[in-house]
Amino acid sequence: MIKSKLMLSMLRHLRGMGHRMIERTWRLGAGARLFFLAIVYSGESFKRFHLTLREIYFTGVMSLLIIIVSAFFVGMVLALQGYNTLQKYGSSEAIGVLVALALVRELGPVVTALLFAGRAGTAITAEIGLMKTTEQLSAMEMMAVNPIARVVAPRFWAGVISMPILASIFSMVGILGGYLVAVPLIGVDDGAFWSQMQANVDFSADIVNGVIKSLVFGVVCTMIALFEGFDAPPTAEGVSRATTRTVVISSLTVLGLDFILTSFMLVV
Amino acid sequence: MDRTTLDLWVGIFVAIGVAALFGLAMKVGNLTSSKIGPTITVTAAFDNVGSLKPHAPIKSAGVVVGRVDNIVFNSETYEAIVTLNIDERYAFPIDTFANIYTAGLLGEQYIGLEAGGDEVVLKNGDKIAKTQDAIVLEKMISQFLFNKASETEAKADVKAAPPVGTELDILK
Repeated sequence: MIKSKLMLSMLRHLRGMGHRMIERTWRLGAGARLFFLAIVYSGESFKRFHLTLREIYFTGVMSLLIIIVSAFFVGMVLALQGYNTLQKYGSSEAIGVLVALALVRELGPVVTALLFAGRAGTAITAEIGLMKTTEQLSAMEMMAVNPIARVVAPRFWAGVISMPILASIFSMVGILGGYLVAVPLIGVDDGAFWSQMQANVDFSADIVNGVIKSLVFGVVCTMIALFEGFDAPPTAEGVSRATTRTVVISSLTVLGLDFILTSFMLVV
Repeated sequence: MDRTTLDLWVGIFVAIGVAALFGLAMKVGNLTSSKIGPTITVTAAFDNVGSLKPHAPIKSAGVVVGRVDNIVFNSETYEAIVTLNIDERYAFPIDTFANIYTAGLLGEQYIGLEAGGDEVVLKNGDKIAKTQDAIVLEKMISQFLFNKASETEAKADVKAAPPVGTELDILK
C-alpha cells in the first residue's frame, strides 16, 4: 500500500520533470523558428526602413539616458575601487588600463545588455503581448499583412543595431567617468592615465571583441523579448508573466553566454 | 512622434555611437600607436628569453622600432630563435647588440637594440650575432650570494683567524 503510493508520487514527479523538459525544448524550438522567420521576412524592415527607424528610436534612443548615467557611475566606482588596491603596489597609473579593460571587455557589453533587457526588452514583450491580447496580430493577418514582417523583424533589427552602439557609448562614457575620478579627483597623472591605457588596450583583441559580444547579446536579448511577447497567453496576467520572464531569461542568458564567449575569445 | 524629429534623434544616436567607437579606437586603443611601417625580418638566438612574448616591442633608445614576430626553440643548438620585425625606415649596423630587458621591476619584457659601429646594415633574413639573455632573478640572487661568500672567505684567509659572527656565518 505504502509502496504503491511512493511509486505513484515518484511517477508523478518524473512525469512533471518530463513535461517541463518537453515544454522548454518546445519553447526553444519555437524561439528558433521565430528567429528564422524574422530573418527570412526582414526584407520589408529594410525596404521600408522608417519602420526600423521608429523602433531604433524606442529601443536605442530612449535607452540612452539610463545607459549614460549608469556607465558614468560604473566608471567612477571602478576607478575608486581600482585606485584603492593599485596604490598599495605603487602602480596607481595603471588605473586607466584597469578601467578601460574592465569596461571594454566585460562591463560595457554585459551591463548594457542587462539594462537593455530591463529597459527595452520588457517594453517589446509588453507591447507585442498586448497586441496579441487585443487581437491586433490576428487583425493584421486578416488584412494579409504578415505580423512577423511588420512587427517582429523591425524590432529585431532595431535591437541588433542599437546594442553595439549602446555598448560603445557605455564603454566610452564609463572611461570618461573613470578619468574624472582618477585625474582631477585623485590626482593620477593625466598623461600616464591615457598612455598606459593605449599601450595595453588592443584594438582587435579588446575593442572588436567587445563589439562582437554586444552584437551577440543584441540578437539574444531582442529575440527573447520578441518570443516571450509572441508566446504570452492573451491575458493581463499572461503578459505580466511574460514580461518578468523576459528580464530573468535575458539576464541569465547574457551572463552565461558572456562566459562562453570570453572563454573562446581568450583562447584565440 | 513626427517623422523628421524621429529621424533626427536616431541620427544623433547613431552619430554618438560612431563617435564613441571612434574614441575607443583612437584614444583608448592602440590603433594609432601600433602602426609600424613595412618591416624587415631578422632573427636572433638567445640562451634564455625569459618571459618574452610575440608582439613584445623592440626598442632602441627607448623608441619602439619594431615588434617580436615569433619565438621558437631550436633543438640542435638548444637556443631560442626569436624573429624580429624591424621597421625598414631604421637601418641598424650588422653588429647591433640585442638585449632582453624588463620594463620596470615587474613589467613586461622587451628587446632593446644597441647599435654597433659596423658600416654594413642589417638586411632581411640576417641574424643578429650579439645577444644578451633575459635576466633571471633567481640566478642573479644566487650569484650575488656566491660572490659575497667568496669575498668574505678571501678576507678571512688574509686575516688568518676569522672573527666570530661575520657575514659568512650569517649566510650559512
